[in-house]
Parts: sequence; C-alpha cells; structure tokens
Amino acid sequence: MGSNLIIDAKNISKSYGSGANRFDALKDVSFQVAQGESVAIVGKSGSGKSTLMHLIALLDKPDSGALEVEGRDALRMKQRELSNFRNKKFGFVFQQFFLTPNTSVLDNVVLPLKISGIRRSERKRRGLQILANFELESKSAKKATTLSGGQKQRVVIARALINEPAVIFADEPTGNLDSATGGVVEDTLFALNKKNGITLVIVTHDEELAARCDRRVYLKDGEIVPSLSNKKVKA
Amino acid sequence: MKTSDLLASAVANTFRSKLRTTLTVLALFIGAFTLTLTTAVGAGVTDYVTKQVASLGANDVFIISGGAQANPTDGPAEYDPETSTASDGTSAGPLAAGGALTEADLETLSATEGLTKVSPVRSVAFDYIQNGDGTKYEFTANPASSITKADLVAGEQLSSGSTENQVVLPSDYLEPLGYATGEDAVGQQVSLGLTDILGQKHTVDATVVGVAQTSLLASGAGINQALTNSAADLQMAGIQTLNPRYAIATARFDASLPAQDVSALKQKVVDEGFSVQTIQDQLGVITTVIAGIVGVLNAFAIIALLAASFGIVNTLLMSVQERTREIGLMKAMGMRSSRVFALFSLEATFIGFLGSALGALVAVLLGTALSAGLAAGPLAALPGLNILLFDPASIAGIIILIMAIAFVSGTLPARRAAKQNPIESLRYE
Ligand SMILES: Nc1ncnc2c1ncn2[C@@H]1O[C@H](COP(=O)(O)OP(=O)(O)OP(=O)(O)O)[C@@H](O)[C@H]1O
Ligand SMILES: [Mg+2]
Repeated sequence: MGSNLIIDAKNISKSYGSGANRFDALKDVSFQVAQGESVAIVGKSGSGKSTLMHLIALLDKPDSGALEVEGRDALRMKQRELSNFRNKKFGFVFQQFFLTPNTSVLDNVVLPLKISGIRRSERKRRGLQILANFELESKSAKKATTLSGGQKQRVVIARALINEPAVIFADEPTGNLDSATGGVVEDTLFALNKKNGITLVIVTHDEELAARCDRRVYLKDGEIVPSLSNKKVKA
Repeated sequence: MKTSDLLASAVANTFRSKLRTTLTVLALFIGAFTLTLTTAVGAGVTDYVTKQVASLGANDVFIISGGAQANPTDGPAEYDPETSTASDGTSAGPLAAGGALTEADLETLSATEGLTKVSPVRSVAFDYIQNGDGTKYEFTANPASSITKADLVAGEQLSSGSTENQVVLPSDYLEPLGYATGEDAVGQQVSLGLTDILGQKHTVDATVVGVAQTSLLASGAGINQALTNSAADLQMAGIQTLNPRYAIATARFDASLPAQDVSALKQKVVDEGFSVQTIQDQLGVITTVIAGIVGVLNAFAIIALLAASFGIVNTLLMSVQERTREIGLMKAMGMRSSRVFALFSLEATFIGFLGSALGALVAVLLGTALSAGLAAGPLAALPGLNILLFDPASIAGIIILIMAIAFVSGTLPARRAAKQNPIESLRYE
C-alpha cells in the first residue's frame, strides 16, 4: 500500500431517498485500487456495483466515509477540481453507450477534448488517430446512430481513451454485446492495461470477464463479501 | 470548453431539432418584423414632420401676434377695449393667431429683454411669376419664409442679410417655368408681377437661389426680406399709412436657452399682452398623435415578443429534457455547470438572433418595396415623405433587445440543465 494507491475508499456508505423510502445502496464499504491493476466489481443486479463505481469515479459523493484519489481528499475537492479530475484523469465507459445521436462518430469521440478546451485541429488529429487504432477511421464522418452495437462500444472505448486517462471505469462494457464482439472489446481493454499501464475498474456480472482481472471484489446488498473477494492490493 | 467551441456547439444544437427551432424562430420573427416596421413608420413620419417644421420656421423664433393668448381650451377671450385689438381674420394658416400688431407694439417687443430682431411679417400678394417671356403662372409667397428653412432639393437657403431679391421655388414650378432640373433653375432671374393698392401693375426681378420640396404645411414660394420689402413698398404705391398694422411679427431668441427660460420669456411676452408661440408649440399636437400611434403599434409587437419568449422557454425546456443524458455525459466528462448554463443560454440567444435578424431583414426588404410603391402611388401628393425610414441603429437595437429577451427566457431551462446531477441524468431512461 502507500503512494501507488490511485483510489482509497474507507468505510463509505451511500443511501437513496429518505424516511420510509430510504434505501442503503452501499454499507460501510472499503475498497482500494492500485496503479496499473485491473479490478472487477462483481455482483448481482441491484447489489450496488454502479453506485460504488460512481462514488470512486467522483461522479457522486458518499454520505459518510473517506475517499482519497491519488492521495488527495476527494471529499474536500471543489466542483472545479472534481470536473478537472474526471476530464483529465478518468475515462468512462457507461452501462449504456451514451453516444450523441445525429452527431458524427468523430465528434462523439473527441467530446472530452472539446470539454477540456483543446484546439479543433488538435482534436481532429487525435480523434482520427484513435479511431484508426480501433479500425473505425472510415466511420469517422458517419452519424453515431448508424453504427452496429460492437462498433458503438468501440467508439465509446475510444472516447474513454482519448484524453489518455490514468484510470478507465467501465460499467458492463460487454453487457450489450454478443460474445464474439464482447471478446474483442475485452481484449482491447486488457491490452491497454498491459501495454500502457492504464488502471482498469470493470463493473460486471460476467464471471468470465471478472476472472481475467487481477482482482475481484464481490458485492451483495451493498456490502463486500469478504470470503469471495481478493481484498489484498497487488503491491 | 472554449468559448468558441461553446458558441459553435450552441449553433449546431439549434439546428438539430429543426421543426421546433423553426416554430420558435417564427414567433420571434413576427415580433421583430412588426417592431422594425413600426419603428420605421415612426421614424419616417417624424422625419417628415421635422423637415416640415423646419420649413415652417427656425427653432429660435417666436411667432407673436396681438391680443391675449388664444388658449384653445378656454374658449374665446373676453373683449376688453383697453387691450383687445381688431383682428382682420384673413390671415390663414398655422401662423395666424390673435389680433393685429401696431408700430408701438413692435417697439414694446423690441424693448423686451431676450427678444432680438423683432420684425413684422409683411404679406405681399403677387399676381404671377414669369421666366423671361414665357407663360405667366400664379404665384404665392409664404409670408413667413424669411424665418424658415426650406426642405431643399437644389441650391441654397434664402439669405436674410442679402440686399439681393431672392426666391426659393417649390419644385412643382420647375417644369412649367421651363427648367429641366433644380440645378438649372438655381441662379436664374425670374420676374414677379403684382398690383398695387391703386390698381397699377408692377414687376420685380428676383434670383432663384434654391428649389424646395413641395411642402405640406408651409405653402407657397420662399422670398427673402429684401424681396418682401421691395414688393411690399411697391404694393403700397408709396402711400405711408399713419398707423400700419401687421398680423404677426417674428422675434428671435437664444435657442440654447433651457426650456424653462424659454417658457419664462414666453410668459413675459404674454404678460405684455401678446400671443406667442414657437414652431414646436404649433406642431406639438401632430407629433404627440404620431408618437401615440407608433406606441400602440409597438405595444402589439411587444405582446408578440412576450408570447415568443414563452415559446423559447418551452422549446429549451423540451430540449433540456431530451438531452438529459447528453448533459449528464458532458458533466461526467468534466464539463462544469457554468459552461452547461452558458451553452443553453447561448442556444436561446442564438434563437433570438435568428428570429430577430430574419424578421428585421424581411421587414427592410418588404418595407423598402412597399415604401417605394406608396411614394409612387397613394402618397405621391406628399413629396419628401418616406413613410418607412429604416435606421441601422434602431434595427440593431431591436435585434439586441430580442436577443436579450431570448437570453432571459433561456436562463430558466439553462439553470435546470446546469443543476442536473450527472448520475441522475445518466440513469434517465
Ligand atoms: N437514484 C436512486 N434512487 C433510489 N434508489 C437508487 C437510485 N440509484 C440506485 N438506486 C438503488 O440502489 C441499488 C443499487 O443500484 P446500482 O445501480 O448500484 O446497482 P447495480 O449493482 O449497478 O445493478 P445492475 O447490475 O442492474 O446495473 C438498486 O437497488 C437501486 O434500485
Ligand atoms: Mg449498474
């Protein structure tokens, strides 16, 4: 442990609603991710996987507990810093594709660069380059809605990678794909992890995908199941 | 996000939902179109009236007549043998009011502090005007022309100091007198015929110094002081009346005086037993009516714009709803709330720009054609009247006003978008 921890969550809890409608989605969860490893968050539907991912990816705030990202207290960060962190350090692959319809593939892919204020010409150069890596160069001018499911997922991964993030958070990256296409997407993610040292946090209920990760954390009803999880962080 | 990207995104987003944008733009279009036309009508008519006022007299002139101040709302003034003077009732037109003035009255006025160049308006009746040996045409001189500024189409204004006999011809005299253009007439000699009180016929020669637009309010040609004097002297046939009377006199005052000082000066002249008016007093009613009509038309345009602003709120609220996930995604990827707010406000402002610019453009194109058509047809009797006068500054003002209205309408949906929690938005089905 120590300085190579990229995410360090201690005893975080999160509940939705209030009063009789109160629902504890996460209960006292402690969870670490080290630089360069691949971690799977596994569990049944509704067990709180997405909730945990959103918290450690700084998309939401826990009700209690402590959260450090790259050694800095994430709960004390200002809105501006949080936005900056997500924009520069994180790449997101959500449970759905979230591609903007009626907008070109290239424009979808370079959205994080546009948000961070990078010049148009530079955006185009980097966008075309990354699309080429995913063999999608010929689709760059096409509308995002015209792509197949597998192509869409590759576009989403390209978008997550374009800002050269330190961590990729992927929520069910293969959930919407057939096994063959899913395999290609998995290979792409793990290749990035091995070659570029990008940290992977993958939310999945697919045991096979979880097995390919360095480490697995099992969630049940908002709590970590210690007997099934490899809690120890690789040094 | 850079501001230029924000702007480009806002414009692109506006065109993403074409039908909805078109309908919103249409509402703004109507407002802008109406406002542009009504302001142009107001400006056109006001401009015309202002020129007419100038042709009636300068803004530093009092028109003074004898007798108590005739106040239209008070009914006729009571007869008082001490102060009332006889009025001949023949002097018609806007310059006539009250009774006659005597030489003594003129002296009293000259002695009044604040009044300079008190001079009686001597009316001269001409029989005809003639160019060389050409046809003789009836000719009327405007008695107040020495104090007026003509709406010139060629040449110069009359010179009050000159000893030369000068005349400014109405433009409809050009063709009959054999001049092809206004420029041809300027500098030419014409003869004016008149009959004196004893029945003798005389002619006076005068130089045409300018040609004026035919005027609605000031009828007749302009003649300068020198010509008035020589013609009036001829008309009296050398007979000196012991007690000459004048319908009106003019006096100048310092035009740079503040309004209340002018009022005080007027009151002083009234206290001395005269009626006094400025040109503005005489035209005040007309301008008030015009302002009223334009105001009512503008009110309709503003109502249209108000309705349009609700259209913008609705359009953008729908747009925010529709793009919930997109907004959530952008925020998840690090777009700050203030930029999201800016994006939607810009979209609203751009819709405002589209509607107002198109509305103003179409109003100018259509209005110019209409104005030309009217000037050639129904309004041909009022030369110099440009019923629609488009002023770039006021058009820019209208566009900016509508963009401001659009911006304000956009703030509600924009705030809603900016406040969205990225997670909630991404869960949104
Ligand atoms: N905004 C919310 N309001 C109320 N309850 C919520 C909200 N978001 C999530 N929950 C609840 O929290 C629990 C955990 O949700 P979460 O999305 O983390 O599950 P998950 O493990 O990702 O499930 P899945 O595999 O189906 O995506 C669920 O029972 C869900 O109903
Ligand atoms: Mg989930």
